[in-house]
Amino acid sequence: MTDYNFAYLDEQTKRMIRRALLKALAIPGYQVPFASREMPMPYGWGTGGVQVSAAVLTPEDRFKVIDQGADGTTNAVSIRAFFERTAGVATTTATHEASVIQTRHRIPEAPLREGQILVYQVPIPEPLRFLEPRESETRKMHELEEYGLMHVKLYEDIARHGHIATSYAYPVKVEGRYVMDPSPIPKFDNPKLSNSPAIQLFGAGREQRIYALPPYCEVVSLDFEDHPFEPSKADHPCGLCGATDSYLDEVIVDDAGGRMFVCSDTDYCDTRQAAGYRGKDAA
Amino acid sequence: MQAHTLQGGFAHPPSEAAQAFRRIMEAMARPGTIHSVTGAAPPAPLSPASGAALLVLCDPDTPLHLAGAADCPAVRDWVAFHTGAPIAAPGDCLFALGRWDELAPLDAYPTGRADYPDRSATLIVEMDRLEEEGARLRGPGIETRAHLSLPETGAFRANAALYPMGLDFLFTCGDRVAALPRSTEVF
Repeated sequence: MTDYNFAYLDEQTKRMIRRALLKALAIPGYQVPFASREMPMPYGWGTGGVQVSAAVLTPEDRFKVIDQGADGTTNAVSIRAFFERTAGVATTTATHEASVIQTRHRIPEAPLREGQILVYQVPIPEPLRFLEPRESETRKMHELEEYGLMHVKLYEDIARHGHIATSYAYPVKVEGRYVMDPSPIPKFDNPKLSNSPAIQLFGAGREQRIYALPPYCEVVSLDFEDHPFEPSKADHPCGLCGATDSYLDEVIVDDAGGRMFVCSDTDYCDTRQAAGYRGKDAA
Repeated sequence: MQAHTLQGGFAHPPSEAAQAFRRIMEAMARPGTIHSVTGAAPPAPLSPASGAALLVLCDPDTPLHLAGAADCPAVRDWVAFHTGAPIAAPGDCLFALGRWDELAPLDAYPTGRADYPDRSATLIVEMDRLEEEGARLRGPGIETRAHLSLPETGAFRANAALYPMGLDFLFTCGDRVAALPRSTEVF
């Protein structure tokens, strides 16, 4: 603890990130450039989220980290340990106990509340990047609100597959102005972006961008009148807790094609099992 | 340089700056809500809240404009020692601090560019009173209704019309702070 400044980053870096966060909250969905630092973990392991978490954490916080919904996977365990060591903050796996939640690729199933902060790890913050590789052009497109290309992409999905085949990192429009990449969350989670009581912050370390959604902010998934947006999930109940309303992972369990579907949100599943709910695969 | 110039900063900067920032961020995320920020003791005429905002947000990278009574030797020395922020004219600043009538005219401050709307100034407005009543606010961060005792409404309506460009505001009174981002409509 004494070997590091509180939450690892130096104070001037935290001020720079904090200024970017305030501008990001003032312009919901707009990507604010920031001077991303080298972190003691590789790019792609959540360096953007880690820097945002370091800038917002206080010693009183209770911190939770999830990776694809799970508290126990490598990325989640190592980032949780990083802040236990460098910030000395309390940690938890319970969604309702956490004041700051850093996440990779999921929004917790349990509803968030006022006072909580959800920090997303973002690999590619620019929703138009795979359609237009030049930053100078995508910046101009955001400036002019020129998002026709994104609708063409969704239309081509329909022409090719009969439906919008984009299933994660599904583009959204924020407060009727900026098209935003919600990070690679499944589109099942998209409705939870809108009107959340919690503050949602997005950090992309390698791409050096921060963006944000204030609470009670309107976030609309792009679609067409005749092909409305549909959040989707595997059509099964959870094998362990029996939940029918949660996002599921498919797990291969043997060499004979056996499989089971389980909640991707481990805290949600554990909480339900502790309350006595059982699925068909529960031991 | 006077001895009191050296005083009035955070006693434990990493944790106090983090706590003060969280309050300021909550204020910016929920326009019209009032939060308490403590730990700073700047020289008169600055309030503890505006002093804390300077300590949390300003450093040698952020030109600061001091307007009216705030532009005095005691404040300049305190800002120089505790933040290192260069003093700048309104057109070149990222932050400005003063009373509402001293900060005018608002069109002197950078409102960002259409492609980089974040490159705009944040104004820290010292208020005699700050209450959750008065002008009605609507926009991101507000669930149903919010009110804030703004010094006027016309200037904020004009500012919101510039969206996504525009200025962002922090209002300070004693140890309390509220905020009004450009995304908020004022009625």
